[in-house]
Amino acid sequence: MNTEIAGIFIMFILVMAFAIPLGKYIGKVYSNEKTWADGLFNPIDKIFYKLGGVNPLKEMNWKQHLLALLTMNLVWFLFSMFVLMNMSWLPLNPDNNPSMSADLAFNTTISFISNTNLQHYSGETAMSYFGQLTVMLFQFISAGCGMAMAAFVFFAMKEKTTDKLGNYYFFFIRSCTRILLPLALIAAILFAFNGVPMTFKGKDTITSLQGDTVQVSRGPVAGFVAIKQLGTNGGGFFGPNSAHPLENPSYFTNIIQTIYILLIPVALIFTMGYILKRRKLAWVIFGVMLTGFLLLLIPTIINEMNGNMAITKMGITQPMGSMEGKEVRFGSGASAYWVVNTTCTSNGSVNAMHDSLTPLSGMFAMLGMMVNSLFGGVGVGFLNFYIFIILAVFISGLMVGRTPEFLGKKIEAREMKIAMIIALLHPLLILTGTAISSYLYAHNPTAYASWLSNPGYHGFSEMLYEYTSSSANNGSGFGGLGNNVPFWNISCGIVMLLARYLPIIGPVAIAGILANKKYIPESAGTLKTDTGTFGLMVFAVIVIVAALSFFPALALGPIAEHFSIH
Amino acid sequence: MKQRTSNKLFQSELVKEALKDSFTKLNPAKMFRNPVMFTVWIGTLVMIGVCIWIAAGEQSQGNLTYNIIVTAVLFVTLLFANFAEAIAEARGKAQANSLRKTREETPAKLLQQVGEVFMNEIKIIPSSYLKKGDVFICEAGDIIPSDGEIIEGLATIDESAITGESAPVIREAGGDKSSVTGGTKVLSDKIKVKVTTEQGESFLDKMIALVEGASRQKTPNEIALTILLAGFTLVFIIVTVTLKPFGDYAQTPITIAAFISLFVCLIPTTIGGLLSAIGIAGMDRALRANVITKSGKAVETAGDIDVLLLDKTGTITIGNRKATNFYPAHGVNEAHFIKSVVLSSLADETPEGKSIIELAAIDINNFKLNRPKFIKFTAETRSSGIDVDNTRIRKGAADAIRQLCEKNGNAFPDETGKIVKGISSNGGTPLVVSENEKVIGVIELQDIIKPGIQERFQRLRKMGIKTVMVTGDNPLTAKYIAEKAGVDDFIAEAKPEDKMNYIRKEQKEGRLVAMMGDGTNDAPALAQADVGVAMNSGTQAAKEAGNMVDLDNDPTKLIEVVEIGKQLLMTRGTLTTFSIANDVAKYFAIVPALFITSIPALQALNIMKLHSPQSAILSAVIFNAIIIPLLIPLALKGVAYKPIGASALLRRNLFIYGVGGVIVPFIGIKLIDVLVALFI
Repeated sequence: MNTEIAGIFIMFILVMAFAIPLGKYIGKVYSNEKTWADGLFNPIDKIFYKLGGVNPLKEMNWKQHLLALLTMNLVWFLFSMFVLMNMSWLPLNPDNNPSMSADLAFNTTISFISNTNLQHYSGETAMSYFGQLTVMLFQFISAGCGMAMAAFVFFAMKEKTTDKLGNYYFFFIRSCTRILLPLALIAAILFAFNGVPMTFKGKDTITSLQGDTVQVSRGPVAGFVAIKQLGTNGGGFFGPNSAHPLENPSYFTNIIQTIYILLIPVALIFTMGYILKRRKLAWVIFGVMLTGFLLLLIPTIINEMNGNMAITKMGITQPMGSMEGKEVRFGSGASAYWVVNTTCTSNGSVNAMHDSLTPLSGMFAMLGMMVNSLFGGVGVGFLNFYIFIILAVFISGLMVGRTPEFLGKKIEAREMKIAMIIALLHPLLILTGTAISSYLYAHNPTAYASWLSNPGYHGFSEMLYEYTSSSANNGSGFGGLGNNVPFWNISCGIVMLLARYLPIIGPVAIAGILANKKYIPESAGTLKTDTGTFGLMVFAVIVIVAALSFFPALALGPIAEHFSIH
Repeated sequence: MKQRTSNKLFQSELVKEALKDSFTKLNPAKMFRNPVMFTVWIGTLVMIGVCIWIAAGEQSQGNLTYNIIVTAVLFVTLLFANFAEAIAEARGKAQANSLRKTREETPAKLLQQVGEVFMNEIKIIPSSYLKKGDVFICEAGDIIPSDGEIIEGLATIDESAITGESAPVIREAGGDKSSVTGGTKVLSDKIKVKVTTEQGESFLDKMIALVEGASRQKTPNEIALTILLAGFTLVFIIVTVTLKPFGDYAQTPITIAAFISLFVCLIPTTIGGLLSAIGIAGMDRALRANVITKSGKAVETAGDIDVLLLDKTGTITIGNRKATNFYPAHGVNEAHFIKSVVLSSLADETPEGKSIIELAAIDINNFKLNRPKFIKFTAETRSSGIDVDNTRIRKGAADAIRQLCEKNGNAFPDETGKIVKGISSNGGTPLVVSENEKVIGVIELQDIIKPGIQERFQRLRKMGIKTVMVTGDNPLTAKYIAEKAGVDDFIAEAKPEDKMNYIRKEQKEGRLVAMMGDGTNDAPALAQADVGVAMNSGTQAAKEAGNMVDLDNDPTKLIEVVEIGKQLLMTRGTLTTFSIANDVAKYFAIVPALFITSIPALQALNIMKLHSPQSAILSAVIFNAIIIPLLIPLALKGVAYKPIGASALLRRNLFIYGVGGVIVPFIGIKLIDVLVALFI
């Protein structure tokens, strides 16, 4: 077998090999069961509880969970705005990088607290190390928030009839200390030993073979990269993200990073199975996600490894596949695999330039973000999927002649209202954002010429991609877009903000409301949700609700581009 | 009624009425209730504006004929949706009216009333003048003018006008069978009846109002589904509206007709147009099964029922017990025993008593009795019998006879005790017979389980419904019959409050319970149950307490009601799936058509190879319109329910309506396009 393909297989198998036991471990952590690490972490957690003055055993209802989450995020928002706008005089700034403008700081702050990590700047020139450490902290925090909310939903799904559903701080602190921190530490050490810098010193100066003097940026990169992948954050230390040789130096570091992208999103499915004691349901959900994932992955790999049609037409063979915008040390296969991983999981780190993907691969990358729940971001991916489950349960429940119920709880008008609002939010944000920018550009192309380096279909794709990435809290970009201007900073900021918190509030509210409802025992007439048929139903709902509503937009961007070069 | 009901879906007079209604329903105030169709209504108005605009000389919107056709198709879509609702209403109304007609304008013999006292004078008035609380008299041959409750007398009544059942029934004052229905005919005797409902407020009137829409409320599930559909509609509003700037960017002018067509095709008009028809048809189907529902919600709830409480007698077993065996005691001559048994049953009017004589098969006319004294059954002695020629014969429950014998110093034979136990454990009822306070034998009474009832329970079990038998029998007998009939649970020696407690217990565990009842003492349980079906022959209290009334007084009707409820929900679910699955093909019809002139490369998406952009758009909207009337029969009849388990059912419906919903429009649109292409 082709080594590139073999590499992809190995990476995926390794994910599964780690994710299943990890999922069980996470389940134990949230269920407060004994784990091997208790002796180490109990005292650490206690410090945090004491510092924060919280009682981790006080049970909260869904509103209290949300209130805690939102309050915490607001505080960090203010803190981050302050740091980013005052970096120039704050400590740890050896390269004397300037402070950010208000609109860029707004965009960056939201970007990091919302787990998007869209970067309208380059870390080398726009960030001090203090700024980098601040946003690195948010990579932990935003991931921990998402995981805490997923934990809440798991317990809400499990409980029969109650509004006492665990403690937010308990879930959050444990997510950070017992899951993210140790895993990040392992990766950071591996990275540091494989050539990723970990230092607080400023730029280094080297002399190249030609005798030129080159200034090389460095910093606490290894730690930054570890959490960036683990928490599906994706915010790069350097501008080119994991395509940068110091951020992802070798095929080996690339393997670790790729595994880390998918690790926790996959593990959390099995965590759900463990907490609910419904392993079959976990496998059905995994199956649906995997099917969607493969449907995006396989054509992307084929497209990238086959090379660019336009170049083929010139009579140039491409034995390595489409290498424009890709790193030779990774190759087109592993890069294509990364593309689908990073977009399906709302990670958004890149090891190749998505702008240079063949048009259809670009579309599959966008589709991964448009669906945003094929594994999805840590915690939030499952929350998005939960909405699709609710919609599928509603329709298929009717189809078996009962008013719909999910895990013993009736789904009624109130839950449907919330589910529909969340389901239509994503198309609303993406399409409206793209519509506004298209309108502005179409009616005054000269004034906005700086936005698009490629007009035409590709330019449209760049704009569509930017909003899709923002709304999916993904953070990757089509590089050709000139996005560090107030219009993009602010509009993407708003999109990220809405697309982060509403899709958390919605599922948490539904799960909380359902948990408090009367429990209906299962009977032979009850729709079983842990069957392949139901999985198929969820998949169909995802395709029709999430994917098809973008069909006209995709037709004008990547599809038109694809057919026009064929 | 069954005989009068035509099963044709579209009777011509109903169609005419429905066609007329389709237009009156265009009233925006009415359209507003249905958000999906309301957006089509707005779209149609916009298109009319566009047509006028073009007529006034606008060039950019395509030619006038094409725009007029699009407008017309949209308008027809609206009419089709309205027609679906109207025909469902018309059918329900026709059904209810034919019931009501029987009772209109029959003369009523009103008892004159002075103050609180009823005089013995009779005044003949038309039935429509009767008021609640009036008392009228009916004699043999009279048609009962109004629903009411017998306050005096007993009569045999022919209820075939309502139930279709030709055997007359007995109704009498005071008991659980005191209720009479207007339109039925008194065959014998004379009764005084008190009117219990105001004119226009009978259950039938309420049902007609429900069907007509004036008082029809959306059921909770209908509301939730409407939210889902409204949500989809909003998504497609976003998709369509944002397409305008996208088109601007791609320098592709898109006509208003194309925008509105795309929008109307994508929104779930099929289910949106049929939704209320499905709900009405559910109530109508119940009415066809001779069940009057007091709300649409009751039908919907019936589909969710987890537990069915069924009375043993009449539902599981045929009427009454029958004597099946005689066991003379040791040393007692069988002929003598049989004779004694027959003697003791001579005056026994109960069906059990009669069956004893039947089984004995001896000619009772040969009996010469000297001054026989018949002893009636009382609750105290719990036995009955006869005193004749110094012989005292008694028959009764084992322990009653045991008491009687032992009180008089005679032992109760062990062997008899064994027989009694044996009969009980086989589901029979033992009757012990004594002569002069000595046991002479045992009669075995057996319940006859209705043929086919096991299969029905099997079917219910597959639906996931637990059946519970309610009986006054002792636990041993109850258990035997429960096992034999295949019910899941039973309540033995049931008192009315036991039913109530059982319902509460199940409900507390989250299950929905249905029951049927007729007596006043059933009323609290009927009210407590999620679906309470009262028999029409039952007391007024029972009928008020339940949420359905069964005109046939058929205890197995609950099973049908459950199936009707399930059908209703399934029809909604499958048509929603179908409607949404249709979008795939419509996207592939319209999206390439929108951009084909400016982006010829997108021709590759025209996988149906439709003739031209205009024909593609027209075919899609025409398909979208005609699928509604094509599915009206399905909406009215309901999707067939098969008790094959939830997962299998989902697989089946997903395949038919989901996969079918993806494929059918590809074929349909292509065919229409071939036809349309002939004219363009």
